[in-house]
Amino acid sequence: MAKDHLKPLSFYIHIPYCIRRCGYCDFNTYTPSELKDGEASVAKVSQGYVDAAIIEINQAFDFLHGKEQVRPIETIFFGGGTPTLLPAPDLARILDELREKFGFAEDIEITTEANPDSVSAVDLKNLRVAGINRVSFGMQSAKTHVLATLDRTHNPARVSEVVNEAIEAGFEHVSLDLIYGVPGESIDDWKESVNAALALPIDHLSAYALIVEEGTKLGAQVRRGDVVMPPDDETADKYLLVDELATKAGMDWYEVSNWSLTGGEARHNIAYWHSNDWWGIGAGAHSHVQGVRWWNVKHPTTYISKLTSGESPMLENEVLTPEQLRFEEILLRIRLSSGLPLAFFTEAELGILNSYLAQGHLNEKAWQTGELKLTITGRLLADQIVRALNR
Amino acid sequence: MPAIPLDRAPKPSATDPLQIRNFSIIAHIDHGKSTLADRMLGITGVVEARNMRAQYLDRMDIERERGITIKSQAVRLPWQSEGSDYILNMIDTPGHVDFTYEVSRSLAACEGAVLLVDCAQGIEAQTLANLYLAMENNLTIIPVLNKIDLPAAQPEKFAEELARLIGCQPEDCLRVSGKTGAGVAELLDQIVRQVPPPQGDPKAPARALIFDSVYDLYRGVVTYVRVVDGNLKAHDQIQMLSTGIKHEALEVGVISPEPVSSGGLGVGEVGYLITGVKDVRQSRVGDTITNAQRPATTQLPGYKDPVPMVFSGLYPLDSSEYPALREALEKLQLNDAALVFEPETSAALGFGFRCGFLGLLHMEIVRERLEREAGLDLISTAPNVVYNLTLDDGTIVKVTNPSEFPMTKIDEVREPIVRATILAPSEFIGAIMELCQTRRGVLLGMDYLSEDRVEIRYTLPLGEIVFDFFDNLKSKTRGYASLDYEPIGEAPGELVKVDILLQGEAVDAFSAIVHRDKAYAYGVMMTGKLRELIPRQQFEVPIQAAVGSRIIARESIRAMRKDVLAKCYGGDISRKRKLLEKQKEGKKRMKMVGRVEVPQEAFIAALSTNEEVDKAKAKK
Repeated sequence: MAKDHLKPLSFYIHIPYCIRRCGYCDFNTYTPSELKDGEASVAKVSQGYVDAAIIEINQAFDFLHGKEQVRPIETIFFGGGTPTLLPAPDLARILDELREKFGFAEDIEITTEANPDSVSAVDLKNLRVAGINRVSFGMQSAKTHVLATLDRTHNPARVSEVVNEAIEAGFEHVSLDLIYGVPGESIDDWKESVNAALALPIDHLSAYALIVEEGTKLGAQVRRGDVVMPPDDETADKYLLVDELATKAGMDWYEVSNWSLTGGEARHNIAYWHSNDWWGIGAGAHSHVQGVRWWNVKHPTTYISKLTSGESPMLENEVLTPEQLRFEEILLRIRLSSGLPLAFFTEAELGILNSYLAQGHLNEKAWQTGELKLTITGRLLADQIVRALNR
Repeated sequence: MPAIPLDRAPKPSATDPLQIRNFSIIAHIDHGKSTLADRMLGITGVVEARNMRAQYLDRMDIERERGITIKSQAVRLPWQSEGSDYILNMIDTPGHVDFTYEVSRSLAACEGAVLLVDCAQGIEAQTLANLYLAMENNLTIIPVLNKIDLPAAQPEKFAEELARLIGCQPEDCLRVSGKTGAGVAELLDQIVRQVPPPQGDPKAPARALIFDSVYDLYRGVVTYVRVVDGNLKAHDQIQMLSTGIKHEALEVGVISPEPVSSGGLGVGEVGYLITGVKDVRQSRVGDTITNAQRPATTQLPGYKDPVPMVFSGLYPLDSSEYPALREALEKLQLNDAALVFEPETSAALGFGFRCGFLGLLHMEIVRERLEREAGLDLISTAPNVVYNLTLDDGTIVKVTNPSEFPMTKIDEVREPIVRATILAPSEFIGAIMELCQTRRGVLLGMDYLSEDRVEIRYTLPLGEIVFDFFDNLKSKTRGYASLDYEPIGEAPGELVKVDILLQGEAVDAFSAIVHRDKAYAYGVMMTGKLRELIPRQQFEVPIQAAVGSRIIARESIRAMRKDVLAKCYGGDISRKRKLLEKQKEGKKRMKMVGRVEVPQEAFIAALSTNEEVDKAKAKK
């Protein structure tokens, strides 16, 4: 089977459970009280979910096998929700099934997200034994009042412990997530958070400006005026700050919101930005295989019942037109430090890009060698540039 | 005082002038004129009760909704009084300041006028203006207090007021209720008794006064006339004396209250005429109709061409609707001889029309009809008046659009001046004077109509009242003040053009001609407004207000620094692509001013008064 023409294959596994929902979060996740009344544990409500996920993995195999597109998996990512709420043996079952069906690439990257206060040192050891080699902790902030605004429950001191426990458990890669631009967060608060993260033995840092989503508690508070979002300019200053501090700590930006030591890049996320093939397993999970995007039914109960009755859990799909594929490629790759070749663009588009170059938003040296790469001010305007190109 | 069975009533074209009474009703918008007219239709038997509908004579939806009459009508009412048969022609008049000329022609067709006043509110400024007009025309005035059935009625108080105004005794005021019908029959009897019959020479060459002209989709132009001398018959060749244009009278008839062909109209009679023309401008209010075979030589007095006083640019929100706007304006013009328009191009708003109106209400009505009847979404620029400029080299230039205001040396700018009459409770005198003062008003005089009601007269530049004067007046007087104005000529003024520049480029839609002392305030207001309304761009955008080359105010929109969503993973990707695609659609509603993207909404909001913006917000 000649498969050299195929893009690398990744899997995303969605675990749609959380102990409680955070005020800013609009992800597809459910708390025990939302699913069943009373004090049921996540382990209890999630019974059957892993079985269903394994059925979907088999559907994925059959589908790709039929097209002669089965290949070893390059990256796997457990996201949520809170994947570590499931017992490690459950996650191991999923990995076993994937390995058995598809095989793993030699240098496979397997990541799980985790909350500092929902994993113990023992959990981390078990996860490592199950085959997971990268962990990303939701630190968000070092400041208690910022964590409170975000409805996060962990003690900031726990972050340093849990990172060290992960290293002891043998994780090769440890990442921290931070959120900035939270109402009430000062520039100094943010500086403290970034410095606290960079002081730990991590090889990767993600820093996200808070997005206020419709339909969240925070969204309602902002709409009512109970909570005031900090001005965009201040949030832009915080971006400059995190970039400066991460660079000083030896990390390079490789995507708008991501910095790493050399070799610490999240390969799974790079797969998204390069429009590789990735199959999302689980309730509400999105997939992209060769220009087709689809997403599953959102509710775990519906998801389980679809799969146990032998149906596909797919809710909707879209077949991307060549124009849409090209547009996506621009909007994704422009975010990366590797950028795009100028040859990719039309004359008219180059004209538009020229005005951004003149204002210092594009890297002058890269431009001269035929590449589009954003400068730090350009990174802050990435969406605007994409919109300008999409006339 | 009974009704006459219709088959036994005096016939049109064969009615002795001595049996005819022609009258109008002068009243303010909501003082019950239409209800009283309805009652008269009922009581004289021309409309059977079962066919009655409220405000029978007001034809257009807008009229019925706003409770105002835009186009007048003339209804023939048979009535028996003291044993003799009479024909009462009720000539309806439009009730607003912008239509003074039409009102004057309607009044010229009458010998008498009923002055109708709501006896819970008293007389209003426009009614007073029309009353003076009637008195100038030597009409017999019959003062009538309406709505005597209301609990808040104060007939004694307002009888005093009316008596003082027209020089009669308070007890001469009739008291009626259009709603219950009380006093209406007596009013008809009084019209017979007090209003003189029309006089005219039946043997002289025909002369008939056009007092209204209406476009009907099926019949073409319907012309309302009052015969002064001679007669008009169907199939006569008729001639318009102002233009010399000849037509055949295809149909001649009376309204009772539906049109009835009568074959002819004699001296003193009021009715309609159809010639098949399609454009009301060929049948102008105030013109004289004569018989082409045996033409009269002298026109009836008082004919004037309508003169637009207020101008505004109308632009379709969606530029592809430009042809539809043209068509709608052309259609409206068939029925509105006072509406003028010509194409204009705005760098900011695209293709549109500069339209001239008699006044503010006229403008509002036209805009509303365009939006309602043609389903158009329009942007209108701030209204302005006509300026006559003398340049240094002696050239005289007429400016109807601020963007045409010349940059060269101007020797003098003359602006239209009006005489404004404001009636209000006396407690608001201070507030009204303050408002008029800030609008460059000059106090002419003040009279007490009654103990606590006052008439204040000012001269004011029309340009000062076209924008939001009336809204301000209403809010400063809790809605009690009424306003009337009439043009009295023009006067030199210290006027300058203020340009608004975005990134150094003037935006024509925001230019305004204002008094020198107010240029700074306008500049600060507009630049401030735009800074709020225009979103941040890729680059810094200076907003400046300038008089000539002198910058008088400035603001700036700082360049946008952050426009990126932090997260772009699996499911975010299609969401993000769709969002960006949607924003591409939104871009179509952006106007480019140089390199600056200005949302359509910013134009609308910047050109509206604050009140309009608040209203629009409240709707949401």
